[in-house]
Amino acid sequence: MKSVCPIFKREFASYFATPLAYVFIVIFLFAMGAFTFYIGRFYEMGVASLEVFFGYHVWLYLFLVPAIGMRLWAEERKSGTIELLLTLPIPIWASVLGKFLAAWAFTGVALALTFPIWLTVNYLGDPDNGVIVASYVGSFLMAGAYLAISAAVSATTSNQVIAFVVSVVICFLFTISGAPLVIDFFKAWAPIALVDTVASFSFMTHFQAIGRGVIDLRDLVYFGSLIALFLGINVVLVDMKKAG
Amino acid sequence: MIEIENLTKSFGPIAAVRGIDLRVAKGEVLGFLGPNGAGKSTTMKIIAGYLSPTTGRVRIAGHDVESDLQAAQRVLGYLPEGAPAYGDMTPRQFLKFIAAVRGYSGTEAKDRAALAAQRAELEPVLEQPIDTLSKGFKRRVGLAQAILHDPPVLVMDEPTDGLDPNQKHSVRKLIREMAAEKAIIISTHLLEEVDAICSRAVIIDRGRIVADGTPAELLARSRFHNAVTLTLPATQAASAKAKLATHREVLSIEDGSEHRGLVTLTAFPRNATILIDDVSALATEEKWDVKELYAEPGRLDEVFRSLTTSDSERVRALKEGVAA
Repeated sequence: MKSVCPIFKREFASYFATPLAYVFIVIFLFAMGAFTFYIGRFYEMGVASLEVFFGYHVWLYLFLVPAIGMRLWAEERKSGTIELLLTLPIPIWASVLGKFLAAWAFTGVALALTFPIWLTVNYLGDPDNGVIVASYVGSFLMAGAYLAISAAVSATTSNQVIAFVVSVVICFLFTISGAPLVIDFFKAWAPIALVDTVASFSFMTHFQAIGRGVIDLRDLVYFGSLIALFLGINVVLVDMKKAG
Repeated sequence: MIEIENLTKSFGPIAAVRGIDLRVAKGEVLGFLGPNGAGKSTTMKIIAGYLSPTTGRVRIAGHDVESDLQAAQRVLGYLPEGAPAYGDMTPRQFLKFIAAVRGYSGTEAKDRAALAAQRAELEPVLEQPIDTLSKGFKRRVGLAQAILHDPPVLVMDEPTDGLDPNQKHSVRKLIREMAAEKAIIISTHLLEEVDAICSRAVIIDRGRIVADGTPAELLARSRFHNAVTLTLPATQAASAKAKLATHREVLSIEDGSEHRGLVTLTAFPRNATILIDDVSALATEEKWDVKELYAEPGRLDEVFRSLTTSDSERVRALKEGVAA
């Protein structure tokens, strides 16, 4: 566990050493605002709730989180620093975990900076703050799941563009597996159990469940195990490259 | 300190390393020579634990690289090919990161980083992002990283590649200073480097060791070893050549082209006999107007060329090997 810390620190600092962090945060906040106020018609709805705001997180994350995750391993591979990293006396899982936590903490910073909208609803009305807290937790967990997928994909290539595109596709499949588009396709012929299983893999289903203000253990376990699974895959993928 | 047994490594159908056995003891500086693509870097990557061997084993200070990787990596300083480093960090930040990863904290981490920077002569650039540094400084950042924990075993892939003569000199000085209490492997294709710092040279070609000995032993394999070269006026060249040829220890004589009325002759001995005394006596006796006279120690580049294959030959052989 001791070796996770320096990796985390280096990785987290590296976001802020380049314009990447600032560009990302500005775009993230700007897009959040644009979606919520213009497309989501936040004011016109006249409801003191952040449901619209959180509703767009799924779609924003779909593109923005792979953009954070794509560099995690692809860049190391491209610049050759992966050889340095893997010949330092730390286990691979510590590097994987340190990098993931750093990127996750970074998305956490971006998410936390959306706090003015929370202040806004509280100024304008009397929202259920419990629901809002739960939604923030859910949103953060969902970002972690997207990130774990992106990090694992990033470990397969030295090309960041490929890492980005493949991550978006895989994240998209996870996102929509609960949507009518997919479910209707299965409903026609598959048994209910299978339909439910496919639907249960959806980020949206679990995120919306948390968004209702109830943090159900099942939803936490879902996101937690998904993150653990993809971090495990990440370790295997990095280790596999040793065989040449 | 470093034990390599029957090491092989294949990438798909291509065998990069084909059975290397090597032991390097404390106090040795081993120069790893070979043409590009001979398997030098692959072998070093396996020693450092970045690649897994196909067969064979590697132990560093008794720790097996396969089964006890972290223990082996703790006692190893490794400079990868091209000295990769995180370009957005400054050398100070980078060395502090390495110190933290290696388990140092507080003032000890700071002191270690400062000492490594000082030994690698990085002080003037400590606060500049590594991306903006010259090639020479980048290489030395990698070097500082490798020696930060004062490891008993040091493996460096082309530590002086791309450095100017002054920088090469200071890096070699640093390696010489550390040589006594460490086991060191450096790879290079600069033959002068072997003479300058190595106590032992290993030449590998197509994944196999083709020569292993001290630089002097390798030089002794050269046909130039103990040959005598003399420069004298072109007018005397023909008679001198005839006279030398009658000497019973002279195997053959080669002459260079005429330059400003002078010709250079090289007399090769039979069985590496020392010829210089006889030739010098002969020159006095015959009153040759000798401008230059010296015994050749041997030529490493010639030994290297005779033992290794050119890359075009090698690719051809590889393709045939794959087809067969």
